[in-house]
Amino acid sequence: MSVDKIWVLAEVVDGAPITTSLELITQARSLAGTVEAVAWGDATPSVAATLGEYGVTTVHDVGDLGGALPGVPVAAAIAAAVAAGAGPDAVLFPATYDGRDIAGRLSAKLDRPVLTNVVDLIADDGGLVTQHAIFGGTQVVSARFTGEGPGIYVVRAKSFPAEPSGGAPASAVAAPAPDTGATNAARIVARHVEERTGPKLDEAAVVVSGGRGLGERDSYALIEELATLLRGAAGASRAIVDAGWVPYSHQVGQTGKTVKPTVYLACGISGATQHLVGMKNSKNIVAINKDADAPIFSVADLGIVGDVHKVLPKLIDALKSRG
Amino acid sequence: MNVVVCVKQIPDPAAPPALDAGTKNLVRAGKLILDDSDAYGVEMALQLADAAGGGEVTLVSMAPNGETSGLRTALAMGAAKAILVSDDSLAGTDALGTAKVLAAAVKRAEPDLVLAATESTDGYTGTTPVQVAELLGLPSVTFAKKVEITGNSVKVERQTEAGYDEVESPLPALVTVTAGVVEPRYPSFKGIMAAKSKPVEILTVAELGLDAGEIGAAGARQEITQVADAEARAAGEIVVDEGEGHQRVIEFLEQLKVL
Ligand SMILES: Cc1cc2nc3c(=O)[nH]c(=O)nc-3n(C[C@H](O)[C@H](O)[C@H](O)COP(=O)(O)OP(=O)(O)OC[C@H]3O[C@@H](n4cnc5c(N)ncnc54)[C@H](O)[C@@H]3O)c2cc1C
Ligand SMILES: Nc1ncnc2c1ncn2[C@@H]1O[C@H](COP(=O)(O)O)[C@@H](O)[C@H]1O
Repeated sequence: MSVDKIWVLAEVVDGAPITTSLELITQARSLAGTVEAVAWGDATPSVAATLGEYGVTTVHDVGDLGGALPGVPVAAAIAAAVAAGAGPDAVLFPATYDGRDIAGRLSAKLDRPVLTNVVDLIADDGGLVTQHAIFGGTQVVSARFTGEGPGIYVVRAKSFPAEPSGGAPASAVAAPAPDTGATNAARIVARHVEERTGPKLDEAAVVVSGGRGLGERDSYALIEELATLLRGAAGASRAIVDAGWVPYSHQVGQTGKTVKPTVYLACGISGATQHLVGMKNSKNIVAINKDADAPIFSVADLGIVGDVHKVLPKLIDALKSRG
Repeated sequence: MNVVVCVKQIPDPAAPPALDAGTKNLVRAGKLILDDSDAYGVEMALQLADAAGGGEVTLVSMAPNGETSGLRTALAMGAAKAILVSDDSLAGTDALGTAKVLAAAVKRAEPDLVLAATESTDGYTGTTPVQVAELLGLPSVTFAKKVEITGNSVKVERQTEAGYDEVESPLPALVTVTAGVVEPRYPSFKGIMAAKSKPVEILTVAELGLDAGEIGAAGARQEITQVADAEARAAGEIVVDEGEGHQRVIEFLEQLKVL
């Protein structure tokens, strides 16, 4: 299977394409001669310039979804283009909620399998080879599709850098979703945004995360205070998100955010494989845990064997006294 | 109301499998258990059936060797019955093949609502449930952190990057639930005893009316080409805190010019 044309799902949030989509477009440029994007919503005309800057020539615009969840209509629009012979050799999806939904739907529609949790995509022998991190990133599996295309790939955030290529604005073409009847009946009736202050978790240079070792919900204030003092963002393990101590938007890991800060501080976090997968590529890792055998120490550049209730307050006081 | 829960039976993650670099197969031993991720779906289903004033919770699972130990756990929690698809020809089935098998089995139960987890512990493709929904022509709502049934529709709080969306869908529909959506109950002694005699229908691929060529290793259209060790991180410095551990953290941050 030779790869001439790649489509990338350009998810738009707050009027701009998400960074993971730009990362995928950047990588797609090095894999195929033609890179096109699929987008929906009313912002497509205004994001066409940004997408063009990263190398996209054409945006297939599914248009307004009328409050429907994107999974069904966007997959149907892509499948229609493939059926009409205008489709790509590969479609790349960011590993977001909607990205996964659309990829799964598309897979069943086209009767093609999906490769998920991709962390690298390499051109090989005319086709694409994917890499997947398993066992908390200690091993790497390479895989590829056999048989007819297009290949469907769901790629994790921060697998590639996002670099503009200085291209001209992309041209938008309408790619309306065909009628999918009752399958497309789920509707968004209200949206709720949880307020966050400070830098975004997946963009901050410093991330301070807390886990079950904090002992109780109120102790998360230590994490937030330390994050603020370091001008960073506060993160969490799934254990304390499930326990309801902090909102889900704080979660780092397999099902949460992928972060790659200059420094990641893991406080009272054991280092389960599903947590490691979301932070292991941080440039520097500091872990504070009272158990010297905690797996988090195997990825830490600096490990403090100690009690978070002793170390964190002292650390916070020392930083405060520096002014 | 009839609720089907897709439940995966997996090797105990506390005894993680190794990947054989030669055969590229997962090396697993021991009995299969109910995937923790699916315990939330089972609990949710039981609560929704209760709230609806009755109805049955049916489990659907695909697993090798007629394995039912994970299903028995979910039956002990309170599910009424189970459909297990087990067939030697299923070895090597990919996520889409699994979805085809699950869809065929789910259809037999004629559910009003299908529940699954957002992702399994051992496969974590997170795509199987939506593939099932697409094959059955059902609407789906993924990443539910709250689920309610009102009349003939399901209302879901769906997690988003920024917070959550309220989503509504008419039934029948498929919903995937996150961990933390409900607190799964522990099976009672009575439940465990009752589970032993609850019906588990075991079906083969042929009995589901599926074409064997489409599933199993023969139907898989993806292959693993290599398994390698990742570049290991260099061993770090370990300091045992005796009151001054925070000082070392500050020096480290200064070195990195974060301070
Ligand atoms: C499909 C799936 C997806 C998942 N996705 C994610 C994900 O995205 N992100 C994620 O984080 N997890 C995820 N998990 C869960 C993961 O497996 C772990 O359960 C979770 O990361 C554990 O969180 P924890 O480290 O806070 O808690 P624990 O594992 O309970 O660890 C607590 C740690 O705190 C230490 N400790 C206790 N007291 C103190 C003290 N006073 N001072 C210092 N240290 C102390 C203990 O030694 C221990 O190491 C997922 C699991 C599954 C099955
Ligand atoms: N073999 C299976 N049997 C039953 N349910 C499954 C199976 N595989 C996947 N599922 C369902 O789909 C969810 C997501 O699985 P996955 O796509 O592997 O992440 C699981 O948590 C189950 O609810």
